[in-house]
Amino acid sequence: MNKRQARLEHLNTSIKDQILVLDGAMGTMIQSYGLSEEDFRGDRFADHNFELKGNGEVLSLSQPHVIKEIHASFLAAGADVLETNTFSATAVAQADYGLEHLVEELNFESAKLAREACDEAEAKDPGRTCYVAGILGPTNRTASISPDVNDPAFRNVSFDDLRETYKIATLALVNGGADIIMVETIFDTLNAKAALFAIEEAYDELGFRLPIMISGTITDQSGRTLSGQTPEAFWNSVKHAAPFSIGLNCALGAKDMRGYIAELSRVAECYVSAHPNAGLPNEFGEYDETPEMMGDALEEFARAGIVNIVGGCCGTTPEHIREFAGRVKEVPPRDVPEIPKRLRLSGLEPFTAAAS
Amino acid sequence: MTPTFINIGERTNVTGSAKFKKLIQADDYEAALQVALQQVENGAQIIDVNMDDAMLDSEAAMVRFLNLIASEPAIARVPIMIDSSKWSVIEAGLKCVQGKAVVNSISLKEGEAPFLEQARAIMRYGAAVVVMAFDETGQADTIGRKFEICERSYRLLTEKINFPAEDIIFDPNIFAVATGIEEHNNYAVDFIEATRLIKEGLPHAHVSGGVSNISFSFRGNNAVREAMHSVFLYHAIKAGMDMGIVNAGQLAVYDDIPAELKEAVEDVILNRHPDATDTLLDVAEKYRGEGTKQKVQDLEWRKLDVNARLSHALVRGINEYIDEDVEEARQVASRPLDVIEGPLMDGMNVVGDLFGAGKMFLPQVVKSARVMKQAVSYLLPFMDAEKEDGGEIQSNGKILLATVKGDVHDIGKNIVGVVLQCNNFEVIDLGVMVPAAQILETAEKEGVDMIGLSGLITPSLDEMCHLAGEMQRLGLDLPLLIGGATTSKVHTAVKIHPNYESGQAIHVTDASRAVGVASNLMSRNARVTYLESVREDYEEMARRHAAGQSAAKRQTLSAARANKFKPDWSAYEPTEPAHLGVQVFDSYDLKSLVDYIDWTPFFQTWELAGRYPGILEDELVGETARSLFSDARAMLDQMLREDWLTAKAVIGLWPANSVGDDIHVYTDESRDETLTTLHTLRQQMIKSGDRSNFALSDFLAPRETNVKDYVGAFVVSAGFGADERAEAFKQSQDDYSAIMVQALADRFAEAFAEHMHERVRKEFWGYAADEAFTNEELIAEQYTGIRPAPGYPACPDHTEKSTLWSLLSVEEKIGVQLTDSFAMWPGASVSGLYFAHPESQYFGVGRIEADQVEEYAKRKGVSVDEAERWLAPNLNYIPSKVRAA
Repeated sequence: MNKRQARLEHLNTSIKDQILVLDGAMGTMIQSYGLSEEDFRGDRFADHNFELKGNGEVLSLSQPHVIKEIHASFLAAGADVLETNTFSATAVAQADYGLEHLVEELNFESAKLAREACDEAEAKDPGRTCYVAGILGPTNRTASISPDVNDPAFRNVSFDDLRETYKIATLALVNGGADIIMVETIFDTLNAKAALFAIEEAYDELGFRLPIMISGTITDQSGRTLSGQTPEAFWNSVKHAAPFSIGLNCALGAKDMRGYIAELSRVAECYVSAHPNAGLPNEFGEYDETPEMMGDALEEFARAGIVNIVGGCCGTTPEHIREFAGRVKEVPPRDVPEIPKRLRLSGLEPFTAAAS
Repeated sequence: MTPTFINIGERTNVTGSAKFKKLIQADDYEAALQVALQQVENGAQIIDVNMDDAMLDSEAAMVRFLNLIASEPAIARVPIMIDSSKWSVIEAGLKCVQGKAVVNSISLKEGEAPFLEQARAIMRYGAAVVVMAFDETGQADTIGRKFEICERSYRLLTEKINFPAEDIIFDPNIFAVATGIEEHNNYAVDFIEATRLIKEGLPHAHVSGGVSNISFSFRGNNAVREAMHSVFLYHAIKAGMDMGIVNAGQLAVYDDIPAELKEAVEDVILNRHPDATDTLLDVAEKYRGEGTKQKVQDLEWRKLDVNARLSHALVRGINEYIDEDVEEARQVASRPLDVIEGPLMDGMNVVGDLFGAGKMFLPQVVKSARVMKQAVSYLLPFMDAEKEDGGEIQSNGKILLATVKGDVHDIGKNIVGVVLQCNNFEVIDLGVMVPAAQILETAEKEGVDMIGLSGLITPSLDEMCHLAGEMQRLGLDLPLLIGGATTSKVHTAVKIHPNYESGQAIHVTDASRAVGVASNLMSRNARVTYLESVREDYEEMARRHAAGQSAAKRQTLSAARANKFKPDWSAYEPTEPAHLGVQVFDSYDLKSLVDYIDWTPFFQTWELAGRYPGILEDELVGETARSLFSDARAMLDQMLREDWLTAKAVIGLWPANSVGDDIHVYTDESRDETLTTLHTLRQQMIKSGDRSNFALSDFLAPRETNVKDYVGAFVVSAGFGADERAEAFKQSQDDYSAIMVQALADRFAEAFAEHMHERVRKEFWGYAADEAFTNEELIAEQYTGIRPAPGYPACPDHTEKSTLWSLLSVEEKIGVQLTDSFAMWPGASVSGLYFAHPESQYFGVGRIEADQVEEYAKRKGVSVDEAERWLAPNLNYIPSKVRAA
């Protein structure tokens, strides 16, 4: 058994007894470093002819110590799972920076950095197991919504474009040391379905499978994804991937997310995750919810038995994660329900056939 | 939501629906989307999309249609069934849907390897699958083969690739029985038994199929076909069939099938003895057509007791014996009122129930109402005599109906009135062109429970908004029902209801829905929840509509003009009309118009869906349609014999040229003096490829080309005498005939327009002197040139009619008048323009922007406000907002 297999075995046991803690935000943590254009470029991209400031993913190559430091700070705060710095490391998203040819390297190096941080934390505390979740972000394009209001049938990205880049990213993440692949911040389920397709292709090629985590985004109190699905319809659309967990992240603060997490908890026959923002950004673009406020909400989720995995998204710091870890430590995780087998389809809304 | 039998919408299928195919071939995806929307609104729980046609790029069509569906939340809410025999089309479709879809279908036809490969891909795309009982040797026909192939497929899917069993739907092939070929006799049993084996032996799998195949050999005998479907489904569903392409709500109820027929059908379906087919063929003869059936039954039902006879007469719409039967009932009743409240009401309740369950159709219900009214009018004198007894009929509720001011169309409203009366609602019908004040006054004086408004032309929508506002101002909270051809749920939700927050405006799709709505509103228990659900629904709709609004950006008028339709004028030589100027036709011979009648809309008027003549053989409504058609032909003959209607027309042809988007009509060939100017509107939607932004003026040579071009105009009417005749029928309690007169007059008017257009093409203008088309080809508009009408999509401005009226001196010459809202009286009239250019075509102006409206107002010499009022349905903006900015 290799080390990754051993970790995954441990994951599958411990998740039954404990709520697993994800790390917090990468993007807002990077912002706090106040890096300049030169910092983003580093030596390697000094002569690159696109502006790189704001391209957080390139830091895995140009300032790896910054990324590793952030990872280490979350682990020190008590996170069990690190999310790789690869949110926008796809050809679709990197095209804005002229770096679409680096998808493989960005994902590989980022996974490696996270793994290194985990190994160091485990070395300091021999009883501990830390996991790397390789992140596939949503990209900045939508496969089921037209960007051209005059032509609703038009699409500026196709299923196959997405599938291709997601496959390269997945292979690199796994080869770099990821234990889990996580498709997150899903605002268009068709993008996510392309990612899930690509992951299966990559696993075929690798000859083994890793757990898949799926996390969608409910954009507002309409209770739907940006592409219009309700949480249950979203679940029906992605459950074919037999994921390790389904959940929600970003957009809403913890409190506003509760109803939708509860819905997923009711319908999903896998673990459920929640990693909300520290509230909605205020007029200065900052996030106001304190560790205590969010801790209250997430602890309530845990006590209500609707989550197995908690963590933070935009605006959450190591202090937040420390608070969450403390709050859920003693609370038993949600029991995964047995869901009757039914033909369950979906459009924007779910459709369930009668028992057969 | 756990439906037990799942209905799959089948109309968005080019192989099954000629209409849908035509729309896709014509690239009219907007209308094709409407087909999908209707499916969902009519209760389809899944919609099947099929683009398999040799003339289509099926992959591209599938992708485009699914992408468009994705942008329509009202459609996209349900799952999609991606239907194709080509894997490449299925795969292209799977890449477009974010939801969990169903693939229809795959099979072992090409062997295990491709079958599993496709299934694995389907799993990865996250879809369920329909598997046909088809293998390397062919389609399965026996129980053994069906089950064997399904089982083999199931094992392969679940064991080799872990396909979820609950996501497998088997289609074990429904084939026709009673074909006369002995080997076919067991086909239904084969399906049913295979279904049972599948459901027992293959856990969690589903069974689906296309039901109408089973009765194929009885085409033309709908009573028998319906019975066969019903018996087949009864057994197949019991055996476990759980979804299918079938009109489940409109099947004969198993228990209602006459015992003799049921026995014979069951023998055939269940293959119970070798002579079953022959026996059914014999029995079927008794149920073929109405003539035989009524003769057989005539003798029987007169022997029943009087209450049963009354009920029978009401349900069958037979009025020959109604007076004597009512008299007999009156003599045994203690009061005449008891006859109404007893046997007559009981009979009408049966009618209402059957109609509500989709087992009777509108023409039959209207006939029932005629019988009821005659019965009541027979009893009235006796009731007056006993007035002191103080008997008042208890109605279910009181409703005021009116066609709004400026509108004269009332067939639909009359039908709604009749249907409501059948269901024991008291109806106060104020007729047509009723001003808001009169409606409100009457509502108050009579203490009505609700108001129903009807309108056919677009300006009526404004009048409805106005009336809603008045109700709000007066602090009323009566439900306001909205119906008629131009009305819609979205308009009611977005435009009418917001004026009437103190009450609720409710859109009623058609007469068959009116009773349900009215009953809900009168129910002490259901009313509050019903109103709440309507309100929520409308708020949601308004919200979605607002969200969708920004998605309709148009191009500027100058950009649209730059993309106008530009034929090569130098190569075009217009035909000079043989008859320039105005011609009047008084008392036109109606007989010459009969062959030009397009009957399809006639059936639509009676809410029977289908094309003529196919509708006469339609499985579901064929029998009703045939009976309606024979009544119509009988009245038509009488109409011609007794000169009920007078047809008149006025047409004109003039020298004309386009000047910008206007058309200058000249007094004579010198083209110096302008007789009048016709104003046309230009499309502002973004066009793809080489498609132009049309305006009607594009079909006339521009002035500067010096090409001598011409334009025509016409008004025809076949409605003189129709209203009087209809009123006379109403007075004699015969709404069925009243509605029939109006419906026929409308058909004559349309036929007249078609006929006159033909004469213009061949004779008066003569640009197509040699054309020879059949009536079907005429209806399909295969000739050269067009006759667009003001108020219709190519020319949405109703006020252009006033220009036509002065140009042709219409009122003076033939007496057709215009109302305040530019509706024509008599209603059975058609007006429009004639264009001869070989490339002229019908189009829809669609939504237009403020830049065009402002310029158009200037050209027409009216205020922008006024132009916006008349063009309200076409505005791509909210007027006040734009002007304030």
